[in-house]
Amino acid sequence: MLTQEKQAPTLPETDTVISGSQALLHALQVEGVDTIFGYPGGAIMPIYDALYDFEGDLKHVLVRHEQGGIHAGQGYARASGKVGVVFATSGPGATNLVTGLADAQIDSTPLVCITGQVFAHLLGTDAFQEADVIGITTPVTKWNYQITDATEIPEVLAKAFHIARTGRPGPVLIDITKNAQLQKFNFQGYTPCDHIRSYRPKPIVRQEYIKQAADLINSAQKPFVLWGQGVMLGSAEQEFKAFLEKSGIPAAWTIMGAGALPTDHPQNVGMLGMHGNYGPNVMTNECDVLIAIGMRFDDRVTGRLDKYAKQAKVIHLDIDPAEIDKNVKTTVPVWGDCKETLPLLTQLVEQKQHSEWLAKFREFEQKEIDAVIREELFPTSAEMTMGEVIQQLNELTQGEAIIVTDVGQHQMVACRYAKLNQTRSNITSGGLGTMGFALPAAIGAKFGAPHRTVVAVIGDGGVQMTIQELGTIMQSGIDVKILILNNQFLGMVRQWQELFHERRYSFVDITSPDYVMVAQGYGISGRKIDQREDLTNALQQMLAHPGSFLLEVMVTKENNVFPMVPQGCSVSEIRLK
Amino acid sequence: MPEQAPIAREEHNITVYTENHIGLLNRIAMIFSRRKINIDSLNTSPSEIEGIHRFNIVINETEEVVSKIARQIEKQVEVLKVYYNTNEDVIWQEMALYKVPTDVIAEKVKVERLLRENGARAVVIRKDYTVFETTGHREETDNLIKILQPYGLIEFVRSARIAIIKDSDGFNRKLREFERTEPGHEVVENEYLNSREKVFTM
Repeated sequence: MLTQEKQAPTLPETDTVISGSQALLHALQVEGVDTIFGYPGGAIMPIYDALYDFEGDLKHVLVRHEQGGIHAGQGYARASGKVGVVFATSGPGATNLVTGLADAQIDSTPLVCITGQVFAHLLGTDAFQEADVIGITTPVTKWNYQITDATEIPEVLAKAFHIARTGRPGPVLIDITKNAQLQKFNFQGYTPCDHIRSYRPKPIVRQEYIKQAADLINSAQKPFVLWGQGVMLGSAEQEFKAFLEKSGIPAAWTIMGAGALPTDHPQNVGMLGMHGNYGPNVMTNECDVLIAIGMRFDDRVTGRLDKYAKQAKVIHLDIDPAEIDKNVKTTVPVWGDCKETLPLLTQLVEQKQHSEWLAKFREFEQKEIDAVIREELFPTSAEMTMGEVIQQLNELTQGEAIIVTDVGQHQMVACRYAKLNQTRSNITSGGLGTMGFALPAAIGAKFGAPHRTVVAVIGDGGVQMTIQELGTIMQSGIDVKILILNNQFLGMVRQWQELFHERRYSFVDITSPDYVMVAQGYGISGRKIDQREDLTNALQQMLAHPGSFLLEVMVTKENNVFPMVPQGCSVSEIRLK
Repeated sequence: MPEQAPIAREEHNITVYTENHIGLLNRIAMIFSRRKINIDSLNTSPSEIEGIHRFNIVINETEEVVSKIARQIEKQVEVLKVYYNTNEDVIWQEMALYKVPTDVIAEKVKVERLLRENGARAVVIRKDYTVFETTGHREETDNLIKILQPYGLIEFVRSARIAIIKDSDGFNRKLREFERTEPGHEVVENEYLNSREKVFTM
């Protein structure tokens, strides 16, 4: 076997004859791609053959399932801020990407997915491993395109990266027929794309709307900021902080926005939505001016829309005009990139404190601590709670780790209680709610942010959906900490069954394998604990372990996540128990 | 049950300028089907500008729904511009073809008169059948079906609606703006905020 360091080919001069596959890989080089998550197969073999020579520049991570590949791409993109790149073959390889595409589309994650496709002359003949990938992925991509001729590759790839990363980011899929991958053509160089005439990634900011927004804010007695992932997607964390600190306005986050402002910032009043904090939900219906920044008023955030912030004037800052007035009618739309609009707004707002108003949030927080938080984080019960595990983890990581969560009760607990000091530290499947997201996304996150500690917090349901990615960890040698919070139930569904279906626990009782033994089979160290006195020590062991480590913590079976805004209720009807 | 206010659904004409791109029809159609909205009429054909296609889509929905749909269409990468208008704001036509037995036309003077009164024009005259064409609104073309039915109407077909927006100065100037990397001061984008309720555009 060849083991010597391979030098990747450099970009060929114009008029060099190369294959479509080579042109594709050169495009990735120019776009600054360093990692590809993928899985080979018949219709993408020419690309993989060319990739063999590019190993020095393009690290390929062999996943165990294409869904794992795309979630890893998402984790990479979310942790690094760069475009995630995913390879898959035609037919089943491509259809396995669909869940990840839908997830990336709803959570605005920049991805470029390359799928192989059957030879162009076989399209539509029900050829082996043929699927209508463009048709199937159209509703779950920002843009997709099928290439049947190699000469199209440079231009289409340049468009793909431009579309994926600009404006409101999103997933792009490029389907390349096998003949185009093999075809030799006269390469004319690669020029990154910066303009598409039918595509305006961001508008020119309208000063008069900035002025109107500032006037509203300056005259407000009880202004309230809601922020989402847009602050991070726009790399506007500093601008956001400056705006908040000058205006003195309390601010709450959607789970996609968590971490854009440090958890312990004095104006950070907590999480919004169904399992968010008490104060922010109640105050949404008390404030006089609501300032939404890079968020989209998801139904899990707003609860019942016709009773949502009806008393407030609404200012909505968003880069996507389709979001303005979509769910909540806006008084002042500030359409634009918040990296540009926030500083303009900061200039015009008056320096204020809003101390009394902020203190009201803290009063509600105290009520929530007394009713929910204290018992969750420092329980007096015999069994461990999910909250105390997260609390202990906070103590040990000091809020410096990237927390990747799956979907369900543990996700809500982790998002509520995780301490986040840095931006891009909370990676979760927000809009689509994809169970099985966390393990592969954590792998991708570690590749995207290799110097940070990555902890995947996963339930016993979700981990079994993509557990095969332990193989990816084994083979790549990546260092991911896997923290399974096992309550022996599909806990969130069970909670709803308890509250709304007369405790008819229909098919939520899920059994688990011996996770430590499974991990061992993959050469990954692990430990299982069910006693509180072992918790700190076990978490320390996990974090200190060189390389990946799986820690399974048995937690109380029938705990519920509170507070809760029941479905169909207004945010002010939030329940503490 | 409390009485609900009637939902103000109305026919809306959505005009979409797009690049000529495979799969875009599907992408646009899915925006409607995802929301379980029926497309009553759809016409797509090259516009006056080379390489740019124009869609005319008719749906029966409230203004609120139509405006949100328009934004979702506009958001697609290959869509240049979207307008939506009620029937009062457009001049619209549908074309219809009617195939009738020639002997009936030849023998019954009354039929020929009816056709002329309805503005029909003969496109093809053969020994066995004749094809007439009319253009007009739905009621007009429907009316002629009723008239011809007793005289042995053999076949009928109607086109999708095409519509010209009364208050529009075409697309040529706008396209030039789109082609500039840095849009000028007069950029089309601003129209959205100026007349938020009426036109969606970026």
